[in-house]
Amino acid sequence: MFEDRKMETMTAPAGMELVYRRPSTLVDTPMHYCPGCSHGVVHRLIMEVVEETGIQEKTIGVAPVGCSVFAYNYLDVDMQEAPHGRATAVATGIKRVHPDKIVFTYQGDGDLAAIGTGETIHTVNRGESIVVVFINNAIYGMTGGQMAPTTLLGMVTSTTPFGREQPVMGYPLKITELIAHLPGAYFVTRQAVHTTAHVRKAKKALQAAFEYQGHNKGTCFLEFVSNCPSGWKMTPLEANDWLEKNMLPMYPLGDLKVPGRN
Amino acid sequence: MIKGTIHVSIDICKGCELCIAACPQESLALSEQINKKGYRYAVLIKDNCTGCVNCALVCPDAVITVYREPKSAKKREAVEA
Repeated sequence: MFEDRKMETMTAPAGMELVYRRPSTLVDTPMHYCPGCSHGVVHRLIMEVVEETGIQEKTIGVAPVGCSVFAYNYLDVDMQEAPHGRATAVATGIKRVHPDKIVFTYQGDGDLAAIGTGETIHTVNRGESIVVVFINNAIYGMTGGQMAPTTLLGMVTSTTPFGREQPVMGYPLKITELIAHLPGAYFVTRQAVHTTAHVRKAKKALQAAFEYQGHNKGTCFLEFVSNCPSGWKMTPLEANDWLEKNMLPMYPLGDLKVPGRN
Repeated sequence: MIKGTIHVSIDICKGCELCIAACPQESLALSEQINKKGYRYAVLIKDNCTGCVNCALVCPDAVITVYREPKSAKKREAVEA
């Protein structure tokens, strides 16, 4: 169907060499995500890391419930679907049965920080040697843009039409900061993928996380501050701009815990 | 200046315009035509592309393939041969 995307039929124009193509570990199918969604970028980055390090055969991913529930259709590695919020628990089982495999979970904020808070905290507290990829877009994207625990104060969602108010709905949950204090956490970082510079940094963080998993010293937890153009009712460009102005002050980027540093 | 070019998988592009904002050369735009899904897709409108890969890095659907002239003369000869 997509002849021009097949690795074999990609031919460089005369006098030029190939400098970038999509990773071969990403299944060649259109993704169901909305235009401009950060999920696609993070999917691609994970698969680039898998391709470059040659770990496709020994990588096992765990898909969540949420927009990325169909992640197994796009990531060309062994995948397992988990019940809502339980991806880290399922990954624990997989890692314990197959300690030589590279195991990662891919979860959104509704999955990881709402229904799966208990599983997430206890998995990290046990120091399971898995990589947790956490996509934080401050909203429930799949179900129609309802308030999530990570929704910013004053942010309008379909269940907070006048903005999130602290006395009734509480404060945004910074689960990454929470996780960073646990002794079982080995590498904790927060990244974004809305500009090229951030994408490059995010890829480095992912490379580090997959490498650290081999150390078997604890959980690697990566948060990606993401957009949700449909849920936020914005164009992709407006959403990225809004993310920069509103999300990043609340969720500052950077490494919270790096092996050997703290 | 190094010359480059890109290839866009037209039928997969969703026209989110992130690549257009990311291009430092301002050489990308949305097409006048629409693709199979009804989206206007990204097209190269100028020939000043340097193959910097910025557009491909921000593309959520991985539709962009980037080509560039080899930097060293030796490599260039090898590619042309």
